[in-house]
Amino acid sequence: MGSGPGGSAAADVLTAAGWSVVIFEKGRNHLLDLDDPERLKGDYSNDELKFTIRHFLGPDPFLEPRTFRRRERDGDHAFVGDVNNVPSTVGGGGVHADGKLPRFREADFRLHTEYGPIDGAALADWPLTYDDLEPFYAEAESLVGVAGDAGANPFAAPRSGPYPMPPGAPMYGATLSAAAAERLGYHPYPAPTGANSVPYGGRPACNNCGFCAFYGCPIHAKGDPVAPLQRALLSGRAELRPETFVSRINISNGRATGVDYVDAAGHTHTETARHVVLAAGAVETPRLMLLSGLDHPLVGRHLMFHFQTLVMAGLRQRVHPHRGRSVTHVHDDHLVPDDRSKRAAKDAGLPWFRGGMVEHCGPSTPIQEAKLYPWGDAHARSMRESSLRERMWGFTMQGEDMPQATNRVDLDPTVRDVRGFPVARITYDSHRFERAASAHYGERLTEILHEMDAEWTVTTTSPDASFPYGDFISPVPQSKHVMGTARMGADPSTSVVDPYGRLHDVPNIVIADSSVFVTSSGYGPTLTLVALALRAATAMMR
Amino acid sequence: MPQLFFDDDAYAVVAAACERLIPGATDAGVADYVDGLLGAFAVDPPRIWAGGPFSGRHGGDAGFGSFIPLTPMDELAWRTRIEGSQGIAEREFNGPVVGLQQRYREGIAALGADFTTCDPEEQDARLRAQADFTALLYEHACEGMYGAPEYGGNRNGSGWQRIDFEGDVQPRGYTDEKVSQP
Repeated sequence: MGSGPGGSAAADVLTAAGWSVVIFEKGRNHLLDLDDPERLKGDYSNDELKFTIRHFLGPDPFLEPRTFRRRERDGDHAFVGDVNNVPSTVGGGGVHADGKLPRFREADFRLHTEYGPIDGAALADWPLTYDDLEPFYAEAESLVGVAGDAGANPFAAPRSGPYPMPPGAPMYGATLSAAAAERLGYHPYPAPTGANSVPYGGRPACNNCGFCAFYGCPIHAKGDPVAPLQRALLSGRAELRPETFVSRINISNGRATGVDYVDAAGHTHTETARHVVLAAGAVETPRLMLLSGLDHPLVGRHLMFHFQTLVMAGLRQRVHPHRGRSVTHVHDDHLVPDDRSKRAAKDAGLPWFRGGMVEHCGPSTPIQEAKLYPWGDAHARSMRESSLRERMWGFTMQGEDMPQATNRVDLDPTVRDVRGFPVARITYDSHRFERAASAHYGERLTEILHEMDAEWTVTTTSPDASFPYGDFISPVPQSKHVMGTARMGADPSTSVVDPYGRLHDVPNIVIADSSVFVTSSGYGPTLTLVALALRAATAMMR
Repeated sequence: MPQLFFDDDAYAVVAAACERLIPGATDAGVADYVDGLLGAFAVDPPRIWAGGPFSGRHGGDAGFGSFIPLTPMDELAWRTRIEGSQGIAEREFNGPVVGLQQRYREGIAALGADFTTCDPEEQDARLRAQADFTALLYEHACEGMYGAPEYGGNRNGSGWQRIDFEGDVQPRGYTDEKVSQP
């Protein structure tokens, strides 16, 4: 279930070993010709309306809404609509991502041991280590095609080899913010990116068009997940079925026997299988488990996003954030507590906190910008001066989000999707760990912007419970990094899947997406979930 | 191009209102964009998603003009969003939906049949008095001003030219120098 990065990676491993695979995808296929997978469909484009306003990559929030509330006492739901929609399309979240593909660090797998517990959070170590995953990280980077500089990040975990490609061209704004960060003692480095810097895997080098984050790549310079999906299909042993919604996993005597699915015409069918791989993402995977009656008490719980701290500056000069691959520089300093952050944590009444990877970035497209200015005579001047696009640059920190059992996905009691099935309801509120860390690191990021000679700065967070529902900033997290709803562990009483992604209760069901994450780290989840999917699929063949 | 949804009077009100919201909107054909959205199903394929991968403005074939066909599911979503649910059961699985066409009909009526002949101060006052409709119209005006010309607005790229934005640049892209230098 799911043709995104996790499902595609699993399908690639299984078909390479001679297994027959059916990939169910509820979204449309705009990626490749199913009769000739080397032919790309050519539907992606540099089109702001299509990709950011008209739901081209799905899901359409009318057909497949989700619901949201902060707390149970808010009633059945407080908001219905687009709740953290990750693309529902062939290729999944890999299509719209701008392809930052960092690895986690050693400490990310053992936070509880490394730093100690946090009140109110279900902090735990992962049942595997960085060393266990390193070979699969290397395989994932090679499969997708990641460009990076292995020696540039002093905080990076050890690697068995270099990146498959060198980094691409640095964006002008990033050269300024990286230099300012370095002057203040931080360590920015070229973002590991799944966009070709040179021709790789039969696909061309990225040509810096700027329509990267939230867009499908018109020239397929982004490698995730077209590369593994293409390979799986070319093996002749994988069949991809778009516009098919899996409504139930059939289970008999503790074993999955296959699935029921609804085709594009609305007809229900059954497919039998010896194994079922769930890779629908950390919202839709637990939804399907709940629709199937898989009632482990932790299914859907410990939902995590990244708590985003957005710190932006108005600059005197234009930095053209619309040229380049959205983000070319990042820094990891705020993932490692230092004396200053330890003092701030103590002041906030916490034993420790940390932030996340910081992306050096700016806003790139004009419709989004235009809507921020008031209407009237000043509109044209505002757009020409472009203080909120061409002369704006700053940071997004993807802050570590504590796992909390009360943050969860379950089935909404009243709202249905177009096919008549209950939709996912998200109950989510941030922990003061995230809010305190955000306040602290927001100040430090602001210092960097002043070092850049900012005219002004502004800091916002996502989520922010003080904003109304439906706005860009609201109680609903904007981060598309969704994790944790079927956590991994050795003990069936405290986890849903084992260290290889197999359900404790039904071991021929394997989860190959970020549902299995135990903690959220402060790095984008994609490369880690692909590495876990490769590891899980490899284990299936033993 | 003949209008797809608005009659001449409604078109004139929308055009005049958009010009108050974004000076230059008339020259850029912003009202045509709105008309193209509300009348998307008057053409086949409906004007919802422009094609790809290139527009032809910076090389490659001009693919944007070939709009992407909708599946029955896509059509259900977009017809409901534009036309409203109108009591049709398959559009009301989560309750009735007010469509964009109705919101425009009511909004245009509220601005007044004499809107086009009012002085700018009066036009602005009426727009401010219809805050919900004006917010919707401004969203669409921004989209029509700065979205791809194939959707009917941003005529000949005039919206982009005003802000020195090159728009879609595939397959040319930007050189590394253009990315890294001031």
